[in-house]
Amino acid sequence: MNSPTGAFFALVRRDVRLAYRRRGEILHPLMFFVVAVSLFVLATDPDPLFLRKIAAASLWVAALFATLLTLDSMFRQDFADDFLAQLLLSPHPAAVLVLAKVFAHWLVSGAPLLIAAPLFAAMLNLPWHACPELLLSLLLGTPAMSLLGALGSALTLAARHSGALLALLVLPLYIPILIFGSGAVRAAISGLDAGGEMAWLGAILLLALALTPAGIVAALRVSLH
Amino acid sequence: MSAPHSSQPKRPVSERTRRHQFGAPAHCYQFAAQWAKWFGGGALLLFLVGAYGGLAVAPADYQMGHSYRILYVHAPAAWMSMFAYAVMAAGAAGGLIWHLKLGDALARACAPVGAAFTVGALVSGALWGKPTWGAYWVWDARLTSELVLLFLFFGYSALANAIEERRTASSAAAILALAGLVNLPIIHYSVEWWNTLHQPASVGKFGKPDIAIQMLIPLLIMFAAFKLYFFAAVLNRMRCELLISERRTKWVRALLHG
Repeated sequence: MNSPTGAFFALVRRDVRLAYRRRGEILHPLMFFVVAVSLFVLATDPDPLFLRKIAAASLWVAALFATLLTLDSMFRQDFADDFLAQLLLSPHPAAVLVLAKVFAHWLVSGAPLLIAAPLFAAMLNLPWHACPELLLSLLLGTPAMSLLGALGSALTLAARHSGALLALLVLPLYIPILIFGSGAVRAAISGLDAGGEMAWLGAILLLALALTPAGIVAALRVSLH
Repeated sequence: MSAPHSSQPKRPVSERTRRHQFGAPAHCYQFAAQWAKWFGGGALLLFLVGAYGGLAVAPADYQMGHSYRILYVHAPAAWMSMFAYAVMAAGAAGGLIWHLKLGDALARACAPVGAAFTVGALVSGALWGKPTWGAYWVWDARLTSELVLLFLFFGYSALANAIEERRTASSAAAILALAGLVNLPIIHYSVEWWNTLHQPASVGKFGKPDIAIQMLIPLLIMFAAFKLYFFAAVLNRMRCELLISERRTKWVRALLHG
């Protein structure tokens, strides 16, 4: 536990365990995802061929909003009970600890969406051959959204009410992920190669992994100040 | 709040303190007032010359007729919207990294001005789009990334005003501005490859512009007018920002209460 790696896994274990103690809350984003996808279908023409056209967009937008809903809780509790201040005082690199928190958050909120996505893909008449691309695009896109979202979440900690503000800050930053993510799925639906979009999603994830931890740490320090 | 700055240095004026005084809010407040006047006057003069050149002297376009003349507002506004973001990010970086009060004031001053230029570019583009493309709005790369730029300006202002403690608010908003700066090229290229209809820029940094010289000269004058106006507006807003952030110092109190 004295190495940064040990601290990383200890923190991930702690956060996942805390989330598991409140199992009901883990299901909230997942249920939101379910409801949001159904809303898309209910609001448009339920013709299967038309649904296939909007399948990529509605799955991705629903996943994006489901992620957005969970962002506010990422640091809020730790901020309130001063755990966050202790975390930043620890001798381990703060960026590693922040990455652990984001990773735990993704495990709890992003990964369940991956499990639910194929089911809704079938309901939206998404062809089976596009399913691997859907899952891969979500696998690359949701961690990047968690990282950028953590930045927004850390920035709004000092604000009195953060709900709409957080969405306003984070959504513009999500636009490339949304474009390449749903683009990859659309390409796969029409039988085209989605390699280019996947490469972009991977590049965005790597860029976010490299740059956001420093930003999140800076934002947390500003908010704790 | 840091120690109040007085406009009279008490120590002997070395090179270092003189430079410090130059960057001091009290000095900058006076300095900005003078420069804003000159920039504003220059902007008005160039705007009148450029508008006359663009509306009366330049010939009509062989394809778009007279409707292309909206270019003289649209292109400078669009260009200044991006320039404003760059200046805002530079100011934010200065405030965040070196704790420059002027940097924070500059960034805060840029956000509404930049948002106004962005709205100007979007509205003039929509008015131009109707006769040319047949629709006020199309989901094209340029339009979409300009719209996202507007959201980034909104986000900056919202965050800078949502947090009570002013230094904290400025620092948090500065981090957001820098994150947006990294994201801006990604947004730009993502939407460009996604869908495009907008014509490429006629005036590039390199090479010969593919636009007639009679049309180009008024356009360049308008660019200069918009840029001067931007600096005038930002300097004026910066003075207000400085008054707010330095409201507890001696020089502001002396200024306000005579």
